[in-house]
Amino acid sequence: MNIVVCVKHVPNPDLPMVVDPQTRRLVRNPAESVLDTADEYGVELALQLVEQHGGEVTVVTMGPPAADDALRRALAMGANHAVHIQDDALAGSDALGTARALAAAIRPLAPDLVICATESTDAYSGMVPGALAELLDLPQLTFAREASVEGDTLTVKRAVDTGIQTLQASLPALVSVTASIAEPRYPTFRGLMQAKRVQVDTKTLADLDLDAAQVGEAGAQERVTAIASETVEKQGVKIYDEGGDSVEQIIAYLKRIEVI
Amino acid sequence: MAARRVWVWVEVDSDGGPHKLSLELLTLARSLGTAEAVVLHPQAAGTVAALGEHGAAVVHLGDDARFGHYVVDPQVATLAAMLEAERPDLVLFPSMFAARDIQARLVGKLGLGAIANATGVRYEGDQIVVTTPYGAETVGTVTLDNAGPHLVQIRPKAFAVEAVGGNAEVRSVAAAIDDGALRVRLLGTEEATAEGPNLEDAEVIVSGGRGLGTADNYVLVEELAAQLGGAPGATRAIVDAGWVPYSHQVGQTGKVVKPNLYIACGISGAIQHLVGMGGSAHIIAINTDEDAPIFDVADLGVVGDALTIVPALTARLREEM
Repeated sequence: MNIVVCVKHVPNPDLPMVVDPQTRRLVRNPAESVLDTADEYGVELALQLVEQHGGEVTVVTMGPPAADDALRRALAMGANHAVHIQDDALAGSDALGTARALAAAIRPLAPDLVICATESTDAYSGMVPGALAELLDLPQLTFAREASVEGDTLTVKRAVDTGIQTLQASLPALVSVTASIAEPRYPTFRGLMQAKRVQVDTKTLADLDLDAAQVGEAGAQERVTAIASETVEKQGVKIYDEGGDSVEQIIAYLKRIEVI
Repeated sequence: MAARRVWVWVEVDSDGGPHKLSLELLTLARSLGTAEAVVLHPQAAGTVAALGEHGAAVVHLGDDARFGHYVVDPQVATLAAMLEAERPDLVLFPSMFAARDIQARLVGKLGLGAIANATGVRYEGDQIVVTTPYGAETVGTVTLDNAGPHLVQIRPKAFAVEAVGGNAEVRSVAAAIDDGALRVRLLGTEEATAEGPNLEDAEVIVSGGRGLGTADNYVLVEELAAQLGGAPGATRAIVDAGWVPYSHQVGQTGKVVKPNLYIACGISGAIQHLVGMGGSAHIIAINTDEDAPIFDVADLGVVGDALTIVPALTARLREEM
């Protein structure tokens, strides 16, 4: 089967998030950015599925030149091909613009399965997978903690408030995955060497036949008007335990937040 | 000028009533204009009284059986038709799986602007102004340029549930469903297993760190987690030390979790750990070092020995629950 995994190069989440007050965009320092760990689960699922059923894995990203690093990491894990959507006019894209660009790059690949993370670690709107599924006219099976394919049937399990749901759809389909889906493998030395040699397929807006008014800052309807670096100080309470007396205070707190 | 029409997408709870997160949104909706609930579910009729009680002036009710047999597609098709026909100013979605699926799909289908993870909505003239937190220390103010309807997802507990009394007018919704477009079948829902939820799904997580002293003491964390119906977590330090498997690790290189309650036992709060759990709605930290960074993110910080407090708390909860 032919699988596409959407991946993103995100600022290292160990470091504090910095927003540029002028552009009101997240500051993305390429040297301090990584393949989103949330995407590694999807890459792993794709690799496992092609190990079982045959086929190839293509990773797709949208981002500045440095995002190549995220693709190389996925290639080192074992993905076969990579597509890099790269165009200055894409800067400032909102979720819809991002989904439009991804859809344009993925459509000609005619994959059996598209895999996304549930949400990115930096923007975490969670809007891209669903919008992408709609634009590609694919059924969407989201928040998967287990996914399996038999013939052309995709079965997904996910945890919701009421229990574990089992969802099923025919391929082609889009699935978004949680961290429960698979334990991502570490790239081998051989994988790292091979990843360097893969020719990444770079696509501009013109290559994708996309209108600049539909994507990027120009196409974005969501506009950040202000950024306040207000420290959200937790109005936390600190108590000192004396011979176990804190237990009653913890109980009172649990009742207040309705956990018990 | 007519009052703004603010729709609230309603999730139906397992007990048949409206989910609490949807009721929270009615509080916001009432403050912005006329609150109207949208319930597309086979048992939708059971929610009407409670929705009226919480301030919905109108309930748009669709109870086609197909809303229960399939996910996303029938709701999206019906809601898209309703939005095109009625053009409400704003649709509020709770931060729940089904709601997010539907909202995201509508973004692609209708080309509408949308905002997720919002904590507030107001209007400046005709301009919608939405606040969303960016990480832990920055708050953004976001607007949408399109004419609307605007689709905004609100975080849990941003607003309180308020019973204000009232009766909703019920308007029947014709399901705009093309059977050929129903693609994601719901085969069934199993009750969650008795062994407790895993980390990503848990509403309560109790985690342990180096402060527990030895691997044997991790059982105290597991017992408290089990008592609260939650999942046990761990820091990288004790995973690296081999006390517990990697699958328990919360943090940047482990799992990023956002439970309703996170209890950190004997955890100092390295940045790598804080990144993984800082988004939890409520945080209790128990640690002997009063200067530990974990106390900076804790709602309730307990300076004391987790080895004595945690088992005492578990025992006390057994009496209580």
